[in-house]
Amino acid sequence: MSFLTEPVGVSHFLLVGAVMFVCGVVCMATKRNGLGVLMGIELVLNGANINFVAFGSKYLRSESLGLDGQLIALFVIVLAAAEAAVALAIALNFYNNHATIDVDRADELKG
Amino acid sequence: MNWHTLLFYLFALMSCGFAIAVVVSANVVRMAFFLIVSLASTAGLFFLAGAHFVGAMQIMIYVGGTLVLLIFGVMLTAHAAFVSMATKSSDWVLAAVFGGALLGLLALTAFSVEDWRTARGDQAAVTSSEGEFASSIGQALMGMRVDRLAEDDSQLEAGMSGYLLPFEIIAIHLLVVLIGAAYLARTKRRVRSATEGVL
Repeated sequence: MSFLTEPVGVSHFLLVGAVMFVCGVVCMATKRNGLGVLMGIELVLNGANINFVAFGSKYLRSESLGLDGQLIALFVIVLAAAEAAVALAIALNFYNNHATIDVDRADELKG
Repeated sequence: MNWHTLLFYLFALMSCGFAIAVVVSANVVRMAFFLIVSLASTAGLFFLAGAHFVGAMQIMIYVGGTLVLLIFGVMLTAHAAFVSMATKSSDWVLAAVFGGALLGLLALTAFSVEDWRTARGDQAAVTSSEGEFASSIGQALMGMRVDRLAEDDSQLEAGMSGYLLPFEIIAIHLLVVLIGAAYLARTKRRVRSATEGVL
């Protein structure tokens, strides 16, 4: 169990971010519920945020991004909140108009 | 016993495991709960990376705001037919192949750089006084970088300016988005009942 005593590096954080990113992409691709797709987007943004914070951490690398990584992570969090608000409004509108939340049936604009 | 590493693996397992649970679960209410646990564990990872303010904001804005919004969405559309929607197994196979390939590529990339793989040697010497505090983040948003007062490289000097313009842009963006969301989500029941009466 030597890996439990060795200090972690940036790569370990990147791996966690990669797992969350891939989970988000798969979630977006497979979920039929529109809100499930939104949850996938949240996972993707969060995976990206982990990378920003890891590269900005002084504990992991001596030459880090510093404050820039944390500031960009804050911007991503705020943008995710804005995106969730608009996407939820669109999803509720879709539900009100079509009485379903299945994204497979949202094909009215299809040519 | 290295508590930093131990806690890292605990939070990493929780955030990754519940993220996978979000993907695997078919029930949208359970998905929302798993997402909350996953994002809260991510806040723990931020604390472990020394980004205390970002971790606090993750809990306050993401878990306390965005996910509550999502749960309201789940409740407002909680029709029995939509709570649990199964995905076709052929879709699962395709997604698993594609996701596995993407994950393998990203993991290879993450561990390909020697400097990233190992932690800095003097990690224990980095005290929290060297870490960033909320005041320096706030001053950077106001256009002052107190963490980088001098820069020898003239090419990097442009990066010393703060984030005042992005901060203003994102503030206006958030205002416009919230007004737009309220406009989109407003009730149109009166109009609809009128047309239903005609029909």
